[in-house]
Amino acid sequence: MEQTLEITQSLIQVSAIISIIGVSLSVMILLYRVIKGPTNPDRAVALDIFGVNIMGLAGIIAILLVSTQFNDVILLIGILLFIGTIALAKFIEKGVIIERDMD
Amino acid sequence: MRGTNDLILRTTTAFIAFILLGFSVYLFFAGHNKPGGGFIGGLMASAALILMYMAYGHEAMGKVIRVNFLYMVFTGLLIAVATGIGSFVFGAPFLTQNFGYFQLPILGRTELATALLFDLGVYLTVIGVTMTIILTVAKDRPEVDKANA
Repeated sequence: MEQTLEITQSLIQVSAIISIIGVSLSVMILLYRVIKGPTNPDRAVALDIFGVNIMGLAGIIAILLVSTQFNDVILLIGILLFIGTIALAKFIEKGVIIERDMD
Repeated sequence: MRGTNDLILRTTTAFIAFILLGFSVYLFFAGHNKPGGGFIGGLMASAALILMYMAYGHEAMGKVIRVNFLYMVFTGLLIAVATGIGSFVFGAPFLTQNFGYFQLPILGRTELATALLFDLGVYLTVIGVTMTIILTVAKDRPEVDKANA
């Protein structure tokens, strides 16, 4: 009975570590696309998914450290990622990020 | 030359800017007991403003927000200094902070601290500095823009 309790308690930690390994592999594959990507939009999309993976990583680390203080950080990463991706997309599309007048 | 259509970006901005401003106010008030505070709240508010500037352009936003962001820096610094000087009224050293418990109508018994007023100064200063930097960088080439139009 004692042994079962220990195994179930370590279950969350083991699964969190396995998830961290999975996300890290995904980040490494994305790094290949950022470096090798033939065009600039490829790199922009890869960096966008990079940020999504980092959001997931922050969530898993919050589970591993048993803390709720990371929730704001995860939301913050998402917002900054969205704004950064829009700025990159506008730069690739139009060449300026903040236009003077937009008709 | 026909311009591109920004309908999706503008519609999303109308929703997301409100969420961002609400999150910024949440971070500002949560800073006493949780992660957050005036600095990161001000950065979130300026992120919302920059998103609106990116979606609607410089001239339209200039008509909507009639605030000179340099004056906002001045106001924030003035509030921060005033909370420091206000401690002289009670015979305490400079920047002494105090707090008390009050019975508010909806929130019930709430802890109100004068550190919140100092944080308000930080909040306004961060918004003003960030927006001044970014808008100054954004409108540095008037001749080139007129030539393209």
